[in-house]
Amino acid sequence: MAQPTIIWKLPAEDIYTRSALPKLAAKILVTVLIGGFLGATLVRLAPGFGVDEEELDARLSDRSIQALRETRDNEPNLFVFYFRYLNRLVHGDLGTSRTLQRPVLQLVAERLPETLKSVALGLALGWSTGFLLAVAIVMSRAWLLDLLGGLLVGVLLCLPAAVLALLFVLAQAPARLLLGLVVFPKIFRYSRNLLARSSALPHVLTARAKGLGNVRVLVWHVLPTAAPQLLALLGVTVSVAFTAAIPMEALCDIPGIGQLAWKAALGRDVALLVNLTMVVTLVTLIANSASDMMGKTFRASEA
Amino acid sequence: MKWVRTTAIVFLLGISAACLLANLIAPASYAHQFREEPDASPSRQHLLGTDDLGRDRFSRLLYGTRVSLLLAPAAALLSSGLAAFVGGIAGFAGGRVERFVMAGTDLFLSLPWLFLLITVRALLPLNVSPIVSVLITFAMLGCLGWAGAARIICADARALSQSDFILLARASGSTGFRLLRRHLVPNLKPVLYAQFWISVPVFILTEANLGILGLGVAEPLPSWGSLLRELEGFSSVSGQTWQLVPLILFILVVSSFHLVLTKEELPV
Repeated sequence: MAQPTIIWKLPAEDIYTRSALPKLAAKILVTVLIGGFLGATLVRLAPGFGVDEEELDARLSDRSIQALRETRDNEPNLFVFYFRYLNRLVHGDLGTSRTLQRPVLQLVAERLPETLKSVALGLALGWSTGFLLAVAIVMSRAWLLDLLGGLLVGVLLCLPAAVLALLFVLAQAPARLLLGLVVFPKIFRYSRNLLARSSALPHVLTARAKGLGNVRVLVWHVLPTAAPQLLALLGVTVSVAFTAAIPMEALCDIPGIGQLAWKAALGRDVALLVNLTMVVTLVTLIANSASDMMGKTFRASEA
Repeated sequence: MKWVRTTAIVFLLGISAACLLANLIAPASYAHQFREEPDASPSRQHLLGTDDLGRDRFSRLLYGTRVSLLLAPAAALLSSGLAAFVGGIAGFAGGRVERFVMAGTDLFLSLPWLFLLITVRALLPLNVSPIVSVLITFAMLGCLGWAGAARIICADARALSQSDFILLARASGSTGFRLLRRHLVPNLKPVLYAQFWISVPVFILTEANLGILGLGVAEPLPSWGSLLRELEGFSSVSGQTWQLVPLILFILVVSSFHLVLTKEELPV
């Protein structure tokens, strides 16, 4: 009889993490570079590129307008334009904001923590309320709670983040809670549907029929089935929260990168806008990849 | 809940008809200023009062709703068309083409929409007319909103191209364009229809966000964004509750769009 061989295996999550990390980092880098190029392309090809309010001043002569144009970096070749930008980026120079007359890197470093704080608080609030309400509805099967939850979510999904921000200003409510209200309906609706689908699976019904309590059914049978998809939602909600941060910060006067982007848009500050877009793309990509990775690790450990 | 869906459709049709007939129903043009009556309360002449520039609020609501209700579906049609083209070809071709196209779609999905929109919107020429600004705003929405739908259509097209009836059609000599036109596209219609109806409220909400931030449709042309922006001056103490009418109508219209699709047609 052959001797059984002992195969030393790394935990599934370690195998995944070790092989996937460099690949993931390369993917993020390539995506950000291509995203930056697309952003630069849009900016370069936009009909108003190189045009400034100052040029509309009737008091300026043709020579003054020409001199103004020469002070700006209006490289006609798109690739040269982007290459110069990347070259400066490698040397840690993101350019200077034209409207605020300060280095972009300094502005981003000052304001990003504010936005990250708001996004973290919003996600924590949205996830805890949305997920807990969905669990309560699915496990209790209370139709009235389901109806009320559905109505609340229905109304919240119809309100743009900017209107919510205005209502928060009018009610003098703490503005940072707003992102939680934007994220909440998406989490509630998705997790409610997902948990309802998981709790209708045959093995869950069997567990219930055998007399297992609600908590045990939820922890051992429903949540493990729904977890990978819920983890994938985490990345998406980060992106949603960042997008909603623009109107929230602009209208509620919170000095984050959303407000900076809004001011840059109103002041037609191209350098600042493209850099902010790239920073937010990078943050959302990392969040998406992390949640994707957690989902895959969870699946691997379950298998 | 068939009655809810029917009510939503009837409501949307009613609102659309009222907006299309705005020229007949509205008591004044959206830009006409009643200079003697700025910030007037509702009266027989001005059903919802006037704004701070003396423009009739009811007329502006009708014209603004028309702008959003006509152009959001147009943008949704554009994005669904792009999604059908990109996703359909990727799913039908499979292999490297599908991988390449889906990598591009992933890239597009990872870009922060609103940041990109305000970047492009901020770069429009300063002397752009209101009509052009509204067309560009919605065209941008349509051009940027295809990626999510393309992923779903690609998955459906891939499943369809491996199905038995397509195999049979191939065996009967159908190839390329004919296969696409006669067999694939008709079977993708339900998904496209669902994607279209999902996109419309998304575009209405995005335009409202842009408008409130002052980056949407240029004045004096009204849109829901600019109408909702007036809430900035709203005060619960002043008791001017009629200023909330655009917000209530907005919620009703967007929720009606959400209710048009049945549960089976909606994604999870």
